[in-house]
Amino acid sequence: MSTESIHTRIWQEEPEPDNAFAAASCHCHGYDVYGDLLVHASWIEYLFLLFRGEAPSAQQTRLLEGLAMALANPGPRDAAVHAAMCGGVGGSTSASCLMASLAVGAGASGGAREVMIAMQDWIERGTDLALWQTGLAVKPMADPADVWPPPGHPPGFDPYGVRCTTPVRQTLAYLAAPDCAPSLAWLQANRPALECAAGLPLAMTGVAAAALRDLGFAPAQGEMLFLLLRLPGAAVHALEQKDYGHKNFPFFKVELENDPGPAQDVANLAEAGA
Amino acid sequence: MKGPRLLVELVGRLTTRMGAVFPGERAVFRGLDLHASLKGLDWLELYLFGITGRRFTPQQMKVLQAIWSYTSYPDARIWNNRVAALAGTARSTGSLGIAAALAVSEAQIYGRGIDLRTSEFLRRAKTQVDAAANLTGVVRAELKQQRGIAGYGRPIVAGDERIAPMMALAREQGLDGGPHLQLAFEVEKILLAGRWRLHMNYAALAAALCADFGLTPLEYYFFGIPAFLAGMPPCYLEAAEKPAGLLFPLPCRILSYEGVARRRWRGAPMKPDASG
Repeated sequence: MSTESIHTRIWQEEPEPDNAFAAASCHCHGYDVYGDLLVHASWIEYLFLLFRGEAPSAQQTRLLEGLAMALANPGPRDAAVHAAMCGGVGGSTSASCLMASLAVGAGASGGAREVMIAMQDWIERGTDLALWQTGLAVKPMADPADVWPPPGHPPGFDPYGVRCTTPVRQTLAYLAAPDCAPSLAWLQANRPALECAAGLPLAMTGVAAAALRDLGFAPAQGEMLFLLLRLPGAAVHALEQKDYGHKNFPFFKVELENDPGPAQDVANLAEAGA
Repeated sequence: MKGPRLLVELVGRLTTRMGAVFPGERAVFRGLDLHASLKGLDWLELYLFGITGRRFTPQQMKVLQAIWSYTSYPDARIWNNRVAALAGTARSTGSLGIAAALAVSEAQIYGRGIDLRTSEFLRRAKTQVDAAANLTGVVRAELKQQRGIAGYGRPIVAGDERIAPMMALAREQGLDGGPHLQLAFEVEKILLAGRWRLHMNYAALAAALCADFGLTPLEYYFFGIPAFLAGMPPCYLEAAEKPAGLLFPLPCRILSYEGVARRRWRGAPMKPDASG
């Protein structure tokens, strides 16, 4: 039997007396999951505990729950949900629909990578308006050695927006209310100045980054949570398009700029038995 | 034009130079008829044509093919392969397991993350050396900035069994004298002579060969995406052939808990048998 171990600060198990492969008790950050948490904690509290290792305050619970609600379904026009629907419409497996949504929703433009970068900006700039204005004036640098393409716009802002949308403003107003949200409160107070510096309106990714920062998550944790929290919308829209079927799903027109034209190689086609 | 006006211009249509299918008629691939002009290409040639828009010599194709083959290990312990194998033992589908395993192959300490960094470093180093920079200085600067050089050193073991056969093939094909390849070995000499004691690994060799074939770092990254693919289905299939759940069974005791002591959730009554 191997003596190798999986090291963890999150999860502790005790086996059933007659089966070393079945847990009799599971403790998460010290709390009895099936004895205590299942009975006394909410899903959102448990989610916070999993990531932060501590129970959230009532204010933190409200903030994370509000964020989860705001992010749960960006709607079928969102690229990540669109990707999930591409899976659903063709009858692809449920997991592939979510994998498609995760892959697209991971990106640096409107996705989890953008949130992560915006959270790094919060760490560097805090609530110093001058630092934000200086940072936002600099075009994001492309790193040719990074697998992630550059975002092309300041993270947290809408590259094609005209003004901050109503849902973004509503979300910011709701989330900024608790005492535990200093970044969100500052963002709300300074939104016009930041938007002026960015030349773009605030986006939901920017609100999410500030909220995740106020909840004490590290950028990598925020990236993961943003991916997770947007999956419900992807799931339901994929299922819905599966029901509608491909004949009711857009296929779009194509404009091929270098079309060689039909049957330009008749001899080859004849050889191929066409 | 910018903002929503730009988006309005693009609603409902795809403007492309990459290709399209005309169902029941033909398919165009980068401006050429797939079933006529490109019908003689093997799959890897087509894949590379899709990435680069260019064709490669038969000798280069042999080496490019081998770059994939020589690193396709059907060893289910390897982290990315293990994902495919776990999908098999958990009775997930082959596509899900292998797609996930390929995605996991984009890692920071191996696979695609290293590919891109290695290719970019070798190209940048060559540009600097061509401009009369001293290679030792370039290496030192990279080590100082990145705390390592992608393509040198290897997780778990130091040596790399893929280098000798790949170099033999490159020699056989007359492709062992390219400037990036020479530079890659020069970097190894510097790293071995210094206190770093880092051998070149397969990532640097493959990146150097591909740079000599004209692949940019981004093209090389895309070329490498299926590099581990051939080793993955065997891992899935063997796990799927065995009874479910028999791959890498983990007893509770394998968890080495290093977290906080046991405690009670607020509102939860204290249990007489509560420990910790």
